[in-house]
Amino acid sequence: MLGKIAWKNITFKPLNTALCVSLLLFGVGIISLLLLIQHQLEQKFQRDLKNIDLVVGAKGSPLQLVLSAVYHLDAPTGNIKLDEARQIMDGPMVEEAIPLAYGDSYRGYRILGTTHDYIKKYDAQLASGAMFSDPMEAILGADVAENTGLEVGSVFLGTHGEVQEGHVHDNHPYTVVGILQKTNSVVDRLIQTNIESVWLVHSDHGHDHSAIDSIHAVELDFNHDHEHDHDHDHDHAEHVITADSMEITAILLQYKTKMSVLNMPRIINDQTKMQAVLPALEINRLFYMLGVGATTLKMIAGGIMFMAGFSVFFVLYSRLKERKYELALMRSVGYRPSHLFGLLVLEGLILAALGYVSGWLLSRVGIYFVNRQAESDFNMQFDFAWVPGEEWLLLLTFSVGVVSALLPAWQAMRMDVSSILSES
Amino acid sequence: MVQTNNIKYRYPGSGMINFPDLEIKARQALLISGESGCGKTTLLHLLAGLRRTVSGRVLVGSDEISSLSPAKLDRYRGQNIGIVYQQSYFIESLTILDNLLVSPYARDKNRARQIADRLNIEGLLHRYPKKLSVGQQQRATIARAVINGPKLILADEPTSALDNKNCTQVIELLLEEAVANDAALIIVTHDDRLKSEVKNWVELEPLDN
Repeated sequence: MLGKIAWKNITFKPLNTALCVSLLLFGVGIISLLLLIQHQLEQKFQRDLKNIDLVVGAKGSPLQLVLSAVYHLDAPTGNIKLDEARQIMDGPMVEEAIPLAYGDSYRGYRILGTTHDYIKKYDAQLASGAMFSDPMEAILGADVAENTGLEVGSVFLGTHGEVQEGHVHDNHPYTVVGILQKTNSVVDRLIQTNIESVWLVHSDHGHDHSAIDSIHAVELDFNHDHEHDHDHDHDHAEHVITADSMEITAILLQYKTKMSVLNMPRIINDQTKMQAVLPALEINRLFYMLGVGATTLKMIAGGIMFMAGFSVFFVLYSRLKERKYELALMRSVGYRPSHLFGLLVLEGLILAALGYVSGWLLSRVGIYFVNRQAESDFNMQFDFAWVPGEEWLLLLTFSVGVVSALLPAWQAMRMDVSSILSES
Repeated sequence: MVQTNNIKYRYPGSGMINFPDLEIKARQALLISGESGCGKTTLLHLLAGLRRTVSGRVLVGSDEISSLSPAKLDRYRGQNIGIVYQQSYFIESLTILDNLLVSPYARDKNRARQIADRLNIEGLLHRYPKKLSVGQQQRATIARAVINGPKLILADEPTSALDNKNCTQVIELLLEEAVANDAALIIVTHDDRLKSEVKNWVELEPLDN
């Protein structure tokens, strides 16, 4: 019966209830949305970072370089010369070096020229087809395949730059040779090909066979770890490298020991035209900056929660005057003072629960709209699942409900039943 | 059924009130009358266990309620004492049916319907208290007072807000319910119309302060 009385009393004054619940709703909604985005963003950034110790690219904003080369969220800082890049890639402490060349896209998805090492790094498996081997062969990430409808055997044209309205490279169609399984990493949203394809598309003499030959030669160098002892095409390769025409966009490096990474940025930044960045450091800086904004928003939401607590208190307390006769009546039909205390705390809890549930739903509606925007702007998707920290929010909301109800509940418990019932 | 022995009460900062001894059997009614402010309602609340006597004993059946612990007293009141107030108090967010069953010791919906039927309010069970007339509200209050089959029914000025016709009806209902529940009925009132209906009555002396 107590539960029924509590529930009926709350629904009996819908406007009072709406006030409490809407304040709680916005407080919970904002905090929950922030938790969701922050947690998933950090998780996603950490996951995509893999074990990339160092990113080398053209000089410019270090953060831009990391966002563009590791996360494919930003435009590149520029290109670097292949022969300069190779000196770093061949360094004695380098465990693995993956070259990247990019700048084109297909329907908003970046076309990334790289080696097979890139796919291995992200543990991506083929869902169908085969890996790329020849120029102008491409494999698609799972999301790309799903959203563009391209299949193995399909042919498509790259667009210069990242926007869909850019110049179309109609002389050099790509052929899809494989589609990757979903990895929940950045790979899902990339079209991968070999670096030669990217060069080919951007070379002026694209139909010239000698260009393709020379490109093959350079590729051999990547795949055979710079073995200069093979004879064929050796001269040709030298010619291409010294021709200065070959550029890549960035290199992802993994070092044998973490210690050897520390000095690299300074050496590279001082001695070359390139810059080297520790991506983990940049991402920490980014999250620190985002964190400042998120903290401000959380404080605002905390203020709303405080007001919500106050409104729960106010509603229960002001209703206490109207309800003193019915509370006295409850005592006279056998309820104990502790029952009345429990009744008011229960009402506070119900208000809190309504606020939490509706706030939770609001945050998910928020995510839906954020997703619609983030999808097109950043190629990012957030999911709706429960994230760590939300259990604290639940606890906080219930505490707000209980604490706000304590004083009214105490007063209800202590009222003088006899003198209230003697009033006429 | 109900017996009081030399009960006294003192309001903070005023003199001691001595109440006359009362004795009443099951199925009987007793009228306690007196001027306003002579302590009628106080006596009723002492009998109901809503206030504590300073000294003396209140016996309901063989239970001495004046010596029960607060928790036991609340339980005893809920199970054995039905109270009708001058004004009809309801939980306004609940229907009449839920109001009849509001006591933590009331479980039986069928009994609520039977009593409502007897008091001629069975058609009002799903309405809210504010939608009822004063007479209907008073019947509902009587129904709630007897829902647990009390040993003692206490009524505080049950008729003062009612016209003659309703007054007669309510007092007859109270007498009938006392008989039907095998309970003692004590009515506190300054309404002289009731003296023609109830044979036993006690007049309280005005307080000398």
